[in-house]
Amino acid sequence: MVTSSVEGSSVSVRNVSQHFLSPEQVQFCALDTVSLSAKAGEFISFVGPSGCGKSTLLRLIAGLASPSSGEVLVGDEKISGPSAERGLVFQDPNLFPWLSVRQNIQSGLIARGVLASKKHEVDEFIQLVGLESFANAYPHHLSGGMAQRVALARALINHPKVLLLDEPLGALDAFTRMRMQDEVLRIWQGRGTTMLLVTHDIDEAIYMSDSIVLMSPRPGRIERIIPVNIPRPRDRASPEFLRLRGEILELLHFAGH
Amino acid sequence: MPADSRVKIPPLPWRTALGLAGAAAAALVVHLLISGNEPPAETHAFTVFTTILLGLVLLGLVSQFFWSGLRLRLRETGPIIAAAFVLMVLWEIITTGIRLLPLPYFPSPARVIQSMIDDRIMIWDSTWHSLILLIGGYALGVCAGVVSGVCIGWFSPVRYWGMPVLKVVGPIPATAWIPLALVVSPSAVISATCLIALAVWFPVTMLTASGISNTRVSYLDVARTLGAKPGFLIFRVAIPAAMPNIFIGLFMGLGSAFLTLVVAETVGVKSGLGWYLSWAREWAEYGKVYAALVIMAVFFSSIMSLLFKVRDRVLVWQKGVIKW
Repeated sequence: MVTSSVEGSSVSVRNVSQHFLSPEQVQFCALDTVSLSAKAGEFISFVGPSGCGKSTLLRLIAGLASPSSGEVLVGDEKISGPSAERGLVFQDPNLFPWLSVRQNIQSGLIARGVLASKKHEVDEFIQLVGLESFANAYPHHLSGGMAQRVALARALINHPKVLLLDEPLGALDAFTRMRMQDEVLRIWQGRGTTMLLVTHDIDEAIYMSDSIVLMSPRPGRIERIIPVNIPRPRDRASPEFLRLRGEILELLHFAGH
Repeated sequence: MPADSRVKIPPLPWRTALGLAGAAAAALVVHLLISGNEPPAETHAFTVFTTILLGLVLLGLVSQFFWSGLRLRLRETGPIIAAAFVLMVLWEIITTGIRLLPLPYFPSPARVIQSMIDDRIMIWDSTWHSLILLIGGYALGVCAGVVSGVCIGWFSPVRYWGMPVLKVVGPIPATAWIPLALVVSPSAVISATCLIALAVWFPVTMLTASGISNTRVSYLDVARTLGAKPGFLIFRVAIPAAMPNIFIGLFMGLGSAFLTLVVAETVGVKSGLGWYLSWAREWAEYGKVYAALVIMAVFFSSIMSLLFKVRDRVLVWQKGVIKW
């Protein structure tokens, strides 16, 4: 099985701002001097209305974009571009449709040029996400949940220090979604990867994370960081869970009064 | 695979069987009735031909009882084969039977078959020459087209300088270069190969470039976070993603390759089916003209279906996604 040593790495975001030019040549500010830090192996969720820059922040940490100002560090290193150390899973699984499940999962090994020495791990990761009987299927034969599991395994096979999850469960039905939440938690607890999750679902954020970052839009700012001190495994119906949920809804101005 | 897990193929509908046998029999009977209008030496081959056809049909209808693969094929193609026989009967009635169309421009099927047999060595030789020329020109054009398409689609400086050239020069039909090609090139075969390559190059480049530059950005983003270097991004993401487009280019290119081949053979190269066709026309041997047309139909459509087979293999991952 997969080893249980801590693979994660700390992440710190220092005074990061990101400006974009709209098609009408108007500058707008997606992120305004955002700072935050995550300890190695921590699970952090980002919650906030659309346009608050949470996906932008994840892209910056992935290295797919560079900030207008400020810097992002992983461990002690300032990041300058994308790397296999920081895996990314989107809402759309974005599997390569021309590759089978197995080929998709091993594509990270090919990309890094280590397929020959790590080929034995491919089966391990197919097992990890429970897709042994679909190993040779093409993506268009998979259900949404299965496809997202493949995307997860594909990102994990590189043993990333940080896994960036951009609403990975957003498109799944409620039951599949809850099952996948447990699956992600199982992987996180087994590997100790630092996980940064963007979500619209407050229950998901409370259920999964060590702390929740509330963000507000225009310009994207961190409103508040809320630690979740509920012991795991968490019960979605426990009083403390519901109390925290009410608190967050109130902060987001969605409380029922 | 155990035998009982195979899908059982239902029997051949009696209408299909009867239609097939009836059409084949009609071809032979009609031929025997009206072939008296022509000298027997000219119609003998066609008598043999239609007899063989009828024999094959009857043999097929009997053996399909035991051979399920053949039954499946006959269920699908039976009606269309019968229709082909009916067309042949109509052709013979219109030409030999009632002489509706002026000779020698519209010979009977018997005459066409006879020409094929008389000229078999020359036709075989011409087909062979055409095949060599086609393969050479098509392969050259595809290689050049894929390489230039990938470069134009991926590298923006190449796109900036290459696209205008492609847009201005590409739409000129390859055959329009013939006057120049005849002067510049040392041999007719080389110039014909280059013309075919040029005809193939344009659609392949265009479609490849558009496929490459329209690769979904998120595929590239994912690949980058998996540790991909530029080589991986081009060869393992962009090119596979562009493959459906590239195949459209390959099909379009094949069509223009056929056209260019026939024209180039007619005016430059003194061999091949195109040359044979125009040579037969000059001697007013229209039986041979039609023979060449029939051979071309078989020859070109076989190559086309070969390309379809290749596409089905390469794009197997698309099955159930796209139909064309």
